[in-house]
Amino acid sequence: MITGKGLRGRSVGEVMEIGVGVLVVAVLAATAFGLWRRRVDGRLKQPSSAVERLTAVDLRAPLGERATLVHFSSAFCQPCVAARRVLGEVAAMVPGTSHVEVDAESNLDLVRHLAVMRTPTVLVLDRDGVIVRRASGAPRKADVIAALGAAIPAEA
Amino acid sequence: MSVDPRGLRFAAALTATMLALVLVTGSGLLLLAQTAVFAVAALIGLHASPYAVLYRRAVRPRVGPPAELEDARPPRFAQAVGFAFGLIGLFGFAAGLDALAIGATAAAFVAAFLNAAFGFCLGCELYLLGRRIVSTPSHARI
Repeated sequence: MITGKGLRGRSVGEVMEIGVGVLVVAVLAATAFGLWRRRVDGRLKQPSSAVERLTAVDLRAPLGERATLVHFSSAFCQPCVAARRVLGEVAAMVPGTSHVEVDAESNLDLVRHLAVMRTPTVLVLDRDGVIVRRASGAPRKADVIAALGAAIPAEA
Repeated sequence: MSVDPRGLRFAAALTATMLALVLVTGSGLLLLAQTAVFAVAALIGLHASPYAVLYRRAVRPRVGPPAELEDARPPRFAQAVGFAFGLIGLFGFAAGLDALAIGATAAAFVAAFLNAAFGFCLGCELYLLGRRIVSTPSHARI
């Protein structure tokens, strides 16, 4: 229990031992978080909650004929540079796919509605605007292509 | 302004080391030194930080030019956050509030460690969350 005087009652040696203990816990906790983050970052997942649909009005841009790649970005966002490049390349490669970039700061209502917590956040929409995949962090090119495979039905 | 991201990781590693030493030795003087480094980087610019100078002189010539560059503004913001935590820690040391001193130092350490080891930028991540909290939803405006 931390009192107003802190740890004054203890010897210098004890306070330093506490410091070492805190350091060890900090390193372990930070490492665990860092490793977890590295695993989930950019991973395209199926949305866990109910079906969510976006329209051209929401995005202020038309939907792609077969699929839409939506990128929530912000200024000063370094991973957004990579995301922008990957999505642009994939959209150019796959016909009927459009790439829409949404500035998170000027679309905070949409950000709140979709529970966008960080940038980049990438959404893969099918031709009706239904969100079929979602990633927090910059996704890998191969994963985006695979996600489009899920978004675009085989005969389309 | 764009900077060499390896220089940022190098500076983060030195920062994490300094803050770890503060925790291990309990030295307020070391925290003062690190806080001064944060201040220089935040207020004058990243290039002025002693860690950046060391990187340019000792490391950069050995590793050659960077493959890519990074925007300097988020890391500079992160230095300002570090500076704030450093000041809180120094206040803890000065006032005999050891828990505050340790807590603030540990928090700054975690941010520097995450940056050095994983390239993770805590300040950048918190930026959008902060904007969401600070601004009012448009349906709430009259």
